[in-house]
Amino acid sequence: MAYLGRRGHLTLVLRNLAQLDMEQRRTAGAQANQAKRTLEEALARRTQELEDARLAMSATQERLDVTLPGYPVTGGRLHPTTRIIREVCEAFVAMGFSVVEGPEVEWDRYNFELLNIPKGHPARDMWNTLWVDYQDPAGQQSMLLRTHTSPMQARVMESQQPPVRVIVPGKVYRYEATDATHEWHFHQVEGLAVDDGITFADLKGTLYEFARRMFGSERKVRFRCDYFPFVEPGVDMSIDCFACGGKGSGCRICRDSGWIEIMGAGMVHPKVLAGVGYDTAKYTGFAFGLGPERIAMLKYGIDDIRHFYANDLRFLRQF
Amino acid sequence: MKIPMSWLREYVNVDLPPAELAHRLTMAGVEVGEVTSIGGWPGCVVGLVLAQGRHPNADRLSLCRVSTGTQELEVVCGAPNVAAGQKICFAAVGANVFNTHSGQKETLKPARIRGVVSNGMICSSLELGLGSDHDGIVVLPEDAPLGMPLDQYLGDTILDLEVTPNRLDCLSVLGVAHEVAALTGQTVREPDLAYPELGGPIASAVNISVADPDLCPRYTASVIQGLKVAPSPRWLQQRLERAGLRPVNNVVDVTNYVMLEFNQPLHAFDLDRVREHTVIVRRARPGDTLATLDGVTRQLNPEVLVIADARDPMGIGGIIGGAASEIGAGTTSVLLESASFDSQNNRQTAQSFRLHTDATLRFEKGLRPELAPLALRRATQLILQVAGGQACQGVVDLYPGKDNPAPSLTLTMSRLKKVLGMELPLPQVERVLQSLGFACQRRDPATLQVTAPYWRSDIALEEDLVEEVVRVMGYDTVPTTMLSTPIPYSQPVPIVTLRGRVQDALVAAGMQEIISYPLVTVANLEKVRLWDPERPPLSVTNPLNAEQRHLRPTLRASLLNALAANQGGGDGPFRLFEAGRVFLPRDGQLPEEREVAAGVLAGRRGETSWLIGGDALGFYDAKGVVEWLLQHLGVSAAFQPSDDPCLHPGRCARVLAGELELGLVGELHPAVCQRFDIRPQPVAFFELYLAPLLQALPQGERRFRPISRYPAAIRDLALVVPASVPEGEVHQMLARHPLVVRVELFDVYSGAGIPQGTRSLAFHLHLQSSERTLTAEDASQALQELLSSLERKVGATLRT
Repeated sequence: MAYLGRRGHLTLVLRNLAQLDMEQRRTAGAQANQAKRTLEEALARRTQELEDARLAMSATQERLDVTLPGYPVTGGRLHPTTRIIREVCEAFVAMGFSVVEGPEVEWDRYNFELLNIPKGHPARDMWNTLWVDYQDPAGQQSMLLRTHTSPMQARVMESQQPPVRVIVPGKVYRYEATDATHEWHFHQVEGLAVDDGITFADLKGTLYEFARRMFGSERKVRFRCDYFPFVEPGVDMSIDCFACGGKGSGCRICRDSGWIEIMGAGMVHPKVLAGVGYDTAKYTGFAFGLGPERIAMLKYGIDDIRHFYANDLRFLRQF
Repeated sequence: MKIPMSWLREYVNVDLPPAELAHRLTMAGVEVGEVTSIGGWPGCVVGLVLAQGRHPNADRLSLCRVSTGTQELEVVCGAPNVAAGQKICFAAVGANVFNTHSGQKETLKPARIRGVVSNGMICSSLELGLGSDHDGIVVLPEDAPLGMPLDQYLGDTILDLEVTPNRLDCLSVLGVAHEVAALTGQTVREPDLAYPELGGPIASAVNISVADPDLCPRYTASVIQGLKVAPSPRWLQQRLERAGLRPVNNVVDVTNYVMLEFNQPLHAFDLDRVREHTVIVRRARPGDTLATLDGVTRQLNPEVLVIADARDPMGIGGIIGGAASEIGAGTTSVLLESASFDSQNNRQTAQSFRLHTDATLRFEKGLRPELAPLALRRATQLILQVAGGQACQGVVDLYPGKDNPAPSLTLTMSRLKKVLGMELPLPQVERVLQSLGFACQRRDPATLQVTAPYWRSDIALEEDLVEEVVRVMGYDTVPTTMLSTPIPYSQPVPIVTLRGRVQDALVAAGMQEIISYPLVTVANLEKVRLWDPERPPLSVTNPLNAEQRHLRPTLRASLLNALAANQGGGDGPFRLFEAGRVFLPRDGQLPEEREVAAGVLAGRRGETSWLIGGDALGFYDAKGVVEWLLQHLGVSAAFQPSDDPCLHPGRCARVLAGELELGLVGELHPAVCQRFDIRPQPVAFFELYLAPLLQALPQGERRFRPISRYPAAIRDLALVVPASVPEGEVHQMLARHPLVVRVELFDVYSGAGIPQGTRSLAFHLHLQSSERTLTAEDASQALQELLSSLERKVGATLRT
């Protein structure tokens, strides 16, 4: 300050140069400027030294214990069922299916009758039903908790003409005692494709593609005959067991078979198509259904389905 | 359905190993759940007791000479029933049999028993692992071939089939034999049905009529007189046992045997107990009762079809017999019934009595009437064989339903191709169908006329034939193609998309998703003060338990239960949400399924940490989550004080977007928490209704707002306002000023230094113009304008 400030010695010297003659002015000016530069450089050097020393000092003094835990962030998570349903839907959306949903409380007509399961049909025993307490004034309709997502097949087809390509996730209910593999409340994802020219071969291709997307491109699939009243021919799709690699013997997951059943499917029954007014000579289609909990159990190695809806955070936080 | 391979082989050759056969059946739709083998007795053979004498040193033991066909051996035996001349199961030294003491399989060694060397063992059921009977040795039939390995003679494999409701035929051994034949290229040997008819004409033995033919399309019967009821021979007992039935006596066992063989349930009546030897198939009369074989006396009604004698019901048709006409030790004359019953009525009646017998299991699915006389002849023949007696000449065959034959179906190759996506030559299709027993006629080069065999009552449509063809050929033979039809145009369902966005935003805000059961208890609804006996929620008529009866009208109870169940795990933080449906009854319609997203927040704000204190989550945490969610969705909403019986009266706000009520935020009423035994207090709560939220969503895309090139001026404004003025109101007034781009509340104070009944609100105001740099004067003027308007409207003054 004393030398370089606005009223410093050097500044004053430079300001007073004007009073000198030309020759003196040149010499003194050069000398003063030289002195000023020297001083400024020394000052900058010293400032840097002091700053470096300070930083070195503080870096030593302000050392943190980097092993101490950081600020806790409480993350949220989706329920594993939601995650699996999303994965399943994404796989089918990529194949041109669109996601729709239907009511969980249904009429007998949609849950059974329009699906070729008339009243008194022995196949009704395949779905133990929770009935809703409802007195129909006309005595015609029975209300129930849907036993599968299949009623949306009829609802979707009633509301539009082909082409149809939908996927229907949602809750379903069964009158069933619970154990490690049975729940009275669980989820399904239903699929339906109807048009002129859809074949059994397309069903196989679509479901195979789904299995590859969901479980990896190395997965083998197996289609065998099975029975559901609303399809004909009926199909059960299995994938090779990822626990034992399809070897089978001694495997607890696939019960020695080497295969794990993943979904039921089939060509939509002509009576179902006729029931919604479709021309069965022209239109064919396929339908399928799978259980996201079962897929989650297989994927994550969950041994008891009752974990899903007990809402224990020690379970939910693992996914 | 348990199918013993030894029985199956009587009708069809099986060259495949059991596991391979099981695989082929499973692939073709007849799933084999389990394959059990009986046997594993190396070193055991059929032996003959040549002589039996007293053991020299023990009263209870005998010393036997046993032949194995190739050698004779001395064997000590402790069984009381051993006798010379018996064919027995002989375990030679070195054989593996069960030690009856340890229960383990052990290798048999030569043993010295009370001073005599025993060179093997005569086995009981227990030692062979065939059963628990250890009272005596197994005595084999006289014709058992001496020296044959026991595995070959007694060994078996049982296929346990998981039969789907359509494949009624596979509840019988012959039905499975037809299936096996088709799958392995074999042919079926059907049993011979002939028997000598040495008695009098059947018409003089019994008088039968069908009064209600709609419920009984065919009734056939035979009569056997002079028979002797006794235990069945061993082969018959063994087959029944291996198929899972308990032997009773020779007559009843034959009816069960033929049911398992042909699928046709039969019933045998003691003819001497049939009044006037008259049988009437009729609907029950009001007041009719029947003591059935299961020891229950049942009230009958006209919906029930009974088999009656001249006076009373003797049995419920196709379901269960009556005790009075039961076959017993003293029975000598039998009326054997083989009939068809209406499947629907049979099922209804069985359900009304909760009687699910082996007979209804079959009748309710609809057996073809062609089956009845075949099974009748087979059973008559077998009764004569195992119980003696004489059969009457002829059979009764009342067939009122004979005008309803099996349908004749047309199968075109073009339909096959349309459904399967591959071409099949007609001769190949024809061969497959014929291998299954279908009758085929070629109508033209591309059309077959097909009739199903009598054992298949599940074939009604052309598609059923398509399945028959493709399942026998194997689903593997169908090509694998991708869909090539046009992709339908469709828009995502808005509420489904919205639910996904809400879930994602809540998860991003640190909330854990739960999914809970949609059936709840009255008690739970009372706890959240949402039980209104005047307007009860929908309920199920057959709840699984008393607890889960009502369809939830709210997510609150399940969330609080989940919170209560997890509080043992520590002090939190607990941030739980559920996005699901609640059910609101509507007259004459399905209920409204309202989409709700609700959450609870309780416990510590963060995990236990050395960095931060243990503040409790509260109202403003729940509100923060809702604000975050709404901001994420681009919805601007106001929070208005409100009340709700479940929530703390002073800590509850409605979330409003204009007229739309989007939901509620609050803290739970302490009394509600107490009822759920929730320890952490407070419990913050929010509930959002997705339908109005959907309406509140901004239309169209978000619009970009240019970022001002001019700097913002930041001014602090500390106001003293009456305590009754909500901050939100002040906040909004500040935000509405054209130069104010952002308002941040940084302090709320009441107490010393400001008048009672007021509080101080301190804001950072960001002032900015998009046209120029604001001067100090511009900022002061804006503050002046705000202050005077606040003073006028809410009585605010500058805090000094």
